[in-house]
Amino acid sequence: MTTPVTHPFLQVENLARAYPSPSGGDAVTVFDHVNFRIHKGEFVCVTGHSGCGKSTILNILAGLDSATTGNVFMDGREVSGPSLDRGVIFQSHALMPWLTVLQNVEFAVKSRWPNWNKHKVREHAMRYIELVGLKGAEHKKPSQLSGGMKQRVGIARAFSIEPKMLLMDEPFGALDALTRGVIQDELLKICAETQQTVFMITHDVDEAILLSDKIMLMSNGPHARIAEIVNNTLPRPRERSAIHKQPHYYPIRNHLVDFLVSRSKQFGALRDAPDAPSSPTVFDPDDLLEPFELTQPESVVVPVPPIGKPHIHLVNA
Amino acid sequence: MKKLTLSQKAGLLSVGLLAVILLVWQLATLPEAKGVAADVDPEYAALMGGGTSTAASSFPTPAAMAQTVWDKLSDPFYDNGPNDKGIGIQLAYSLARVLGGFVLAAVVAIPLGFAIGNSRVFYQALNPYVQLLKPISPLAWMPLALYTIKDASASAIFVIFICSLWPMLINTAHGVANVRKDWLDVSRTLEVNPLRKAFRVILPAAAPTILTGMRISMGIAWLVIVAAEMLVGGTGIGYFVWNEWNNLSITNVLFAIFMIGVVGMALDSLFGVLSKRVAYQE
Repeated sequence: MTTPVTHPFLQVENLARAYPSPSGGDAVTVFDHVNFRIHKGEFVCVTGHSGCGKSTILNILAGLDSATTGNVFMDGREVSGPSLDRGVIFQSHALMPWLTVLQNVEFAVKSRWPNWNKHKVREHAMRYIELVGLKGAEHKKPSQLSGGMKQRVGIARAFSIEPKMLLMDEPFGALDALTRGVIQDELLKICAETQQTVFMITHDVDEAILLSDKIMLMSNGPHARIAEIVNNTLPRPRERSAIHKQPHYYPIRNHLVDFLVSRSKQFGALRDAPDAPSSPTVFDPDDLLEPFELTQPESVVVPVPPIGKPHIHLVNA
Repeated sequence: MKKLTLSQKAGLLSVGLLAVILLVWQLATLPEAKGVAADVDPEYAALMGGGTSTAASSFPTPAAMAQTVWDKLSDPFYDNGPNDKGIGIQLAYSLARVLGGFVLAAVVAIPLGFAIGNSRVFYQALNPYVQLLKPISPLAWMPLALYTIKDASASAIFVIFICSLWPMLINTAHGVANVRKDWLDVSRTLEVNPLRKAFRVILPAAAPTILTGMRISMGIAWLVIVAAEMLVGGTGIGYFVWNEWNNLSITNVLFAIFMIGVVGMALDSLFGVLSKRVAYQE
């Protein structure tokens, strides 16, 4: 998948965040030297172990938190606070329980376009409720919905304000595997339709491979940083049922799992070398594979996973 | 035997309890036949209303009580001058004072509670005052109120105001301070203006806690109004109780106690209904 080579839509420069030590000593630097760029229309996933500051980075991008040092620029302007330009999908869905599904989405739509009349607001909200497949449930309260349906409302709400960028903090972490799969497929479809720029945190390697164009791997904190960037070269449109037959699938997957299992710890050694290189290495599966494999997707040269290999899903502690 | 539902069992037990109470009451108020002690001069006993006739207690029998309740409730709004008004009028006076004081307290407590709940500075600055003023019996304010306001009825309203204030203030502050951060973050990312955030996010989120505070306040206000009206006199159910005690009409005192309970229960269930309407399930 090609991304237009223009000036980066989102640029993060030398971001660092330190928290005062609970014991009163030196401040603890969770992450530092974080640099990355996201182009318009790109879907970027971030993964790494708990405590590396992924959520903090997302909150800084959202404007809900602030960095100790460093800057975030979106569309050439510095991010200094929350904005309707950046929609956020929270892990806990964060729906207002006293409002119905429709009212929750309408609340967002009315915030985005305060001058719209009631009819227009409703129409717009309904369009996004239909998009996530919740037509018929629009007058239900969140407490009457399943976890997956609640998260869909959260997605509808975030998309309804038509943000320039979408930020998702482990949106499917609390869902069961089946529901997660269904909603991932829907998200894939919606993002393809809307050409949405997305920054998403996930612990699920398969989710990252299915959805993203680029996967950023963070080393362990403290002094975490973006250690590697993996270009996800799997062609779109992607199908959950067929994606593992792509020749690039297992090289990418193995690379990610290896990182999470072993290499993420080695990068922890960087804390002793504060001026260690801050530019992450880029992994591109195109460099690994022989050309003939690309033309013969059915050939079984790529390593086949042992049957019954456990699904790797690192859950936030 | 057929199985009874839970509420049927409870209902039967309630009726049984009522029967026991009425029976004990009836037995306790049976006229004492020839209740004159032998060593009392019969002439003196006759003068005292005893003697050969049976000595009726001031405490009514259940039947006499029922008759009184019926008489009073069938004509609740008569007005035969300052010391003889229908129970409806007396209760209306009390309710008006409670409502006045309560509404005034709500007007002050809810916005102030919002401010305290929203700001740590405000909270810490006002907390010592709240902690100091909260445990003061509302009736202790009465002399001060009478001296400054110089009006008995307004003083009663002030006492209701001061006793209703604290639960509403504390609960509002608590409810506002504990609004889920997620909801606030949502409104921040949606760039919701402060007024809209207050009314569309914080108020509905805190409403159940605020309403609990209002319910507690109303309960306390209804307790305090009886005592306050005994002090200020003139009108109201509290004055009625004290006046009937001075008349030695235990029947009327009992009737008033019963009515205070009925109205208090009605007020509480009104707030129960309101609570249900603002409740939400997460």
